[in-house]
Amino acid sequence: MLIIKDLQASIEDKQILKGINLTVKPGEVHAIMGPNGSGKSTLSAVLTGNPAYTVTGGSVEFYGKDLLALSPEDRAHEGLFLSFQYPVEIPGVSMVNFMRTALNEKRKYFGQEPLSAADFLKLMREKRTIVQLDNKLASRAVNEGFSGGEKKRNEIFQMAMLEPKLSILDETDSGLDIDALRVVANGVNTLKSKDNATIVITHYQRLLDYIKPDFVHVLYKGRIVMSAGPELALELEEKGYDWIKEQVDSQQ
Amino acid sequence: MKEIEKPEKGNQIIEEAAQAEYKYGFVTDIETEVIPKGLDEDVVRRISALKGEPEWLLEFRLKAYRHWLTLKAPTWGHVHVPEIDYQDISYYAAPRQKKQGEVKEIDPELKKTFDKLGIPLEEQMRLSGMAVDAVMDSVSVKTTYRERLAELGVIFCSISEAVKDYPDLVRKYLGKVVPYTDNFYAALNSAVFSDGSFVYIPKGVRCPMELSTYFRINAAQTGQFERTLIVADDDAYVSYLEGCTAPMRDENQLHAAIVEIIVEDRAEVKYSTVQNWYPGDKDGKGGIYNLVTKRGLCRGDHSKLSWTQVETGSAITWKYPSCVLKGDHSVGEFYSVALTNNWQEADTGTKMIHLGKNSTSTIVSKGISAGHSQNSYRGMVKIAPKATGCRNFTQCDSLLLSDTSGAHTFPVIEVGNDTSVVEHEATTSKINEDQIFYCNQRGISTEDAVGLIVNGYAKEVMAKLPMEFAVEAQKLLSVSLEGSVG
Repeated sequence: MLIIKDLQASIEDKQILKGINLTVKPGEVHAIMGPNGSGKSTLSAVLTGNPAYTVTGGSVEFYGKDLLALSPEDRAHEGLFLSFQYPVEIPGVSMVNFMRTALNEKRKYFGQEPLSAADFLKLMREKRTIVQLDNKLASRAVNEGFSGGEKKRNEIFQMAMLEPKLSILDETDSGLDIDALRVVANGVNTLKSKDNATIVITHYQRLLDYIKPDFVHVLYKGRIVMSAGPELALELEEKGYDWIKEQVDSQQ
Repeated sequence: MKEIEKPEKGNQIIEEAAQAEYKYGFVTDIETEVIPKGLDEDVVRRISALKGEPEWLLEFRLKAYRHWLTLKAPTWGHVHVPEIDYQDISYYAAPRQKKQGEVKEIDPELKKTFDKLGIPLEEQMRLSGMAVDAVMDSVSVKTTYRERLAELGVIFCSISEAVKDYPDLVRKYLGKVVPYTDNFYAALNSAVFSDGSFVYIPKGVRCPMELSTYFRINAAQTGQFERTLIVADDDAYVSYLEGCTAPMRDENQLHAAIVEIIVEDRAEVKYSTVQNWYPGDKDGKGGIYNLVTKRGLCRGDHSKLSWTQVETGSAITWKYPSCVLKGDHSVGEFYSVALTNNWQEADTGTKMIHLGKNSTSTIVSKGISAGHSQNSYRGMVKIAPKATGCRNFTQCDSLLLSDTSGAHTFPVIEVGNDTSVVEHEATTSKINEDQIFYCNQRGISTEDAVGLIVNGYAKEVMAKLPMEFAVEAQKLLSVSLEGSVG
């Protein structure tokens, strides 16, 4: 579904991604790990079209379409979802209003009628149980006054509502205690199917105990320098990144 | 090599000026009786004569006119009102209604106009629980539910009719809250005011429906000078709404209104405005000059007056709906959203004058500036030395949607005793690019995202509007911002 070829990107003239190659197929879970500053979050920002970043080379194909030519909202409509590392607060905008706008925009994109208020609320009730958010959610403003755990659960809730084909979880485990981590991971696993795929960006093996990856990639200095099966995550947990850094740096 | 289209940093929210169509910009083709341009004592006499007014009212007008001649237009506002040639304006324009057999029948052309504006003038077509006084140019064309309200003793009619039918009441209250000496535009209005609404709620009556006046400017090269007078007697309650639109024209038109409200013991008045006069085009050409004096007197103990305004229209807005809190334990409130786009200028706020003991006031002002507009909050909280135990809370927020717009606040606080407490909070923020991208990522376009965020920002004030208005006002905020996002 996703074919990234030699993707390069910069922010404020600083080159961050220096040629990423990655292919993701339906049903797969890919973990992207790597030390701080290696470009993990940049990759998610560039794929979702964050205007702060400039693509300076390469291509990204998403279900045969040129992803980079699409606006951020159209990428979302096409089935790309980002669970933000730092979910943004939008004061005064209720979750129900926000999600209904989002969902109906997607329906419009596909020529469907907007969902009725009753159907929408029913859907919202159903989906919020996946991440154990209570019924106050609907009336609360987007992420405003949410605890760190609630914010991450709210991201997965939105993912459940929008039913993306490819979800990128950007350090969804950061700032979560073990119970919240389990809730979030269970949510993600519940939503997993043979038709969708997930890219998990994380520093730690911890999350991968719950969300089992099929592939683990190490991102370092803007490139994927190592790819292997789930055992790589365990190895990294044990040995850290230094051995990879040394290996890469010595080759240069 | 591919590049994501990268909007100008920090400048994302502007550039393209409003392509948003002003929905209410049409002109009704109706024969209009217009008196020739110009202003002198004869014109004042002629307006009075056209309306068949009693001598005392003509005297009132003439005194106002003579006083006006001694005044100069105020220049302290953070707005640029160009020199207005007061001899180049017609002061009276009345749509000539064809005789329809029955005297009370409304001209179909006028009915069509108000239908188009979403204001039904047939009672069976009514919005649930709302009576309407429809004012086109200088005259009231129809007041609905007048008879039904009269059964409760509620008087709701045009001020011209009130002068004829309830002269004592009008005489007792007219000019008592806003005297003609108040300011330049108030003096002008007092001299030439044409129509407007009159509301009287008798003792102990809770008005069962929302009362509303819809002001429409239609004729060209005329000014609209309406005057509204609301009196809530002891223990009465009324919620009153005001809406305004005008055709799109290249020339500027003057709207200088007065609203006076008197609130007696334990009575309560809620006054809500959705102001959507034509704001001019994207280059700042045309639009209404909205120079208005609104003030209420909370005369009775435990009386309450609440102003809520959503201001999106007009090329220039200059208005300060105020409360004189004379009664002990009286309550004044001011909730405002003022949105300016393109080249609009708004200088708006309130005055809370505490004269009664233990009186309290709340001010919540939300300014939103886009394009090249200038948006100012100007407020005064004054607590008289004898008004002990008073409280005021002011919250004054500005949201900037562009680098080329301005947000300003001019608060004045005078506290005359040490048992009163005054709080003032103010914030200025820019719309956050992270918020917009977050919405984009969920499939919401930037334009819709700005609409959502702005409505969220204004929510506290919007929540004070009556239901029927709130939905309209929300749409209006979004529509007024269309095209303001680059």
